[in-house]
Amino acid sequence: MLDHLASIGTPAGNHRPFPRFDLDRDAWAGLITTLAEKTDWSLVGLWADTALVHMALREDLAGTVAVVSLTCPEGRFPSVGGVRPSAIRLERAAQDLFGLMAESLVDPRPWLDHDSWPIRLPLSADPPDPLGNPEPYPFLPIEGAGLHQIPVGPVHAGIIEPGHFRFTCNGETVVRLEQRLGYVHKGTEWLMGGRSIGEVAKLAARVSGDSTVAHSLAFARAVEAATGSAVPERAVWLRALMAELERLANHIGDIGAICNDAAFAYMLAECGLLREKILRAADACFGHRLMMDRVVPGGVAVDLPDAGRDTLESLLAEIRATFPGLVKTYDEKASLQDRTVATGRVGPELVRRFGAGGHVGRASGRVLDARRDPGHAPYDDLEFEVPVFHEGDVNARVWVRIKEVEASLGLIDQILERLPAGPIRASLNATAGQGMALVESFRGEIMTWVEVREDGVVTRCHPRDPSWFQWPLLEAAIEGNIVADFPLCNKSFNCSYSGHDL
Amino acid sequence: MLKTIARNLMRGPRTMTGPGPAEAGVEELASRLDRAARTRLGRSLSIREVDAGSCNGCELEIHALNNVVYDLERFGLRFVASPRHADVLLVTGPVTGNMRDALFRTWDATPDPKWVVAVGGCALDGGLFKGSYGIVGGVAAVIPVDLHIPGCPPRPIDLLSGLVALVEAAK
Ligand code: SF4
Repeated sequence: MLDHLASIGTPAGNHRPFPRFDLDRDAWAGLITTLAEKTDWSLVGLWADTALVHMALREDLAGTVAVVSLTCPEGRFPSVGGVRPSAIRLERAAQDLFGLMAESLVDPRPWLDHDSWPIRLPLSADPPDPLGNPEPYPFLPIEGAGLHQIPVGPVHAGIIEPGHFRFTCNGETVVRLEQRLGYVHKGTEWLMGGRSIGEVAKLAARVSGDSTVAHSLAFARAVEAATGSAVPERAVWLRALMAELERLANHIGDIGAICNDAAFAYMLAECGLLREKILRAADACFGHRLMMDRVVPGGVAVDLPDAGRDTLESLLAEIRATFPGLVKTYDEKASLQDRTVATGRVGPELVRRFGAGGHVGRASGRVLDARRDPGHAPYDDLEFEVPVFHEGDVNARVWVRIKEVEASLGLIDQILERLPAGPIRASLNATAGQGMALVESFRGEIMTWVEVREDGVVTRCHPRDPSWFQWPLLEAAIEGNIVADFPLCNKSFNCSYSGHDL
Repeated sequence: MLKTIARNLMRGPRTMTGPGPAEAGVEELASRLDRAARTRLGRSLSIREVDAGSCNGCELEIHALNNVVYDLERFGLRFVASPRHADVLLVTGPVTGNMRDALFRTWDATPDPKWVVAVGGCALDGGLFKGSYGIVGGVAAVIPVDLHIPGCPPRPIDLLSGLVALVEAAK
């Protein structure tokens, strides 16, 4: 892939750690044709800047990652959505935020812009006034005998984030689900531009609260790459410790919540208790239950206190004593299995086309994990399994989580055993540059791209949550299932609204 | 599973002792509630949670209130699925422009007497998202707020004492 990109573009300097190539319009259009053939080159991200569009690609087998960029002074670029459907919503977002038109985009409807902002195209050079008198959002038309629609949201029945789901059903069976998202769009990317690295780090920690450690880590690593700054050894290990604790808490919480959506409250009670214990241990060790603002550019903000090791060791012992019994219960209860097995299937081909990762990808045979591909310290020095299943149903997504809980327990053991001594934070180099990082959150791969100035001001930051590539697959997963199974499917995906809407 | 349940029964509950009502909260609330409303509500309140633009961190801690350690329901508080069944709206997040109408309509659908509790730094004044084109400000920019529970996110124990203060005020 790299050779091909080098042959069609010019290498750009100052982009780390992956290469970036500037393309001209013909080369970009040519690359789209190439992408149609090279099915193993997956889309990692697509984001805009003023009069500029970037696209990150990965050659799945080789693990090579690269970015290509196209300057579009006319505000238009050839759409990638036709060959990589995962790009469609990203392109719609680029249209809404920057006013960059993706030519022949298959679905050009607005996405994040619900006609409620005081300006339009907020991230463009010269944002125009709102249109006023907004048209109602054009949902996809439905035709056919016996069909009816169920609109749900944005305010849902549970304690969850807002979004709109429009179900088209035939009797009990869902014929089509159409999502409308963007309700929690806070203008995060706009706020991130022109602020200091420290301020932007706080915003990055709040892209999606449940993956605050992972998003902070992705931002920190992207900034460190951009400025060529080194991080103290101990900080690198502490970061991994926090990331694994976050993964444990979320996976265990999710397993309980999925079972609860199958009306099996016992699992929720037991998993909820374990999750609470993990959060309390995190609080005792790092001073915040979710470990928000603990990973910072240059290292970590707090050190593990002396008593922390004991706290974590007894936590691990407790999880090891309880969790296997819960797994056994899950696996042996016919009433649970009846709900989760064969429900909400996503085929491997769809997962590949959307480049979905995390439990959604790994339950359908796509084995990528950013801790291993491309990998980063300290994981390249640690032993862990990346589980993969092939059934693609709710049950498989539960099993990916179960196996990842086990893997994280092993990782925390190794980290505690080998945690090096030394400083936990270093100052960043005052260098300008562009940087990118791939970090595995509990949900899947986060890609964060930043551009920083010499004076430590972030000029552009784009955090791409894994949910972008998972939400569209939920629409596919529910097709042909009954309406009552939607909560179960939705929870087994557990996509982030905030991480997606930004 | 049965073994665990039996053991749990023998061991007794894992629920922690509840906190007292947040001092400031009781006064703040009691002064706003008229006697009629107090008699009508008694000691039990139904809560409807509304995420008006949060990062989902606040939701995680609100969720925790339902776990066996905090066990919200023993205080006469429970989460309900519809605003029509609610006495209290628990609102998180800076209110985004895209959620403004939905929040207002949820509040409008909640029968009187009702309270609004704003949860987290964002819900107070927009928090870190202040100044963005995407938000309209804190919850009070759209609906009247009776109580604010600070934190980013507030710990479950702080949420609990704030809500207990509500029940106390209603007594
Ligand atoms: S207060 Fe903090 S945790 Fe709560 S929504 Fe705002 S940023 Fe997230």
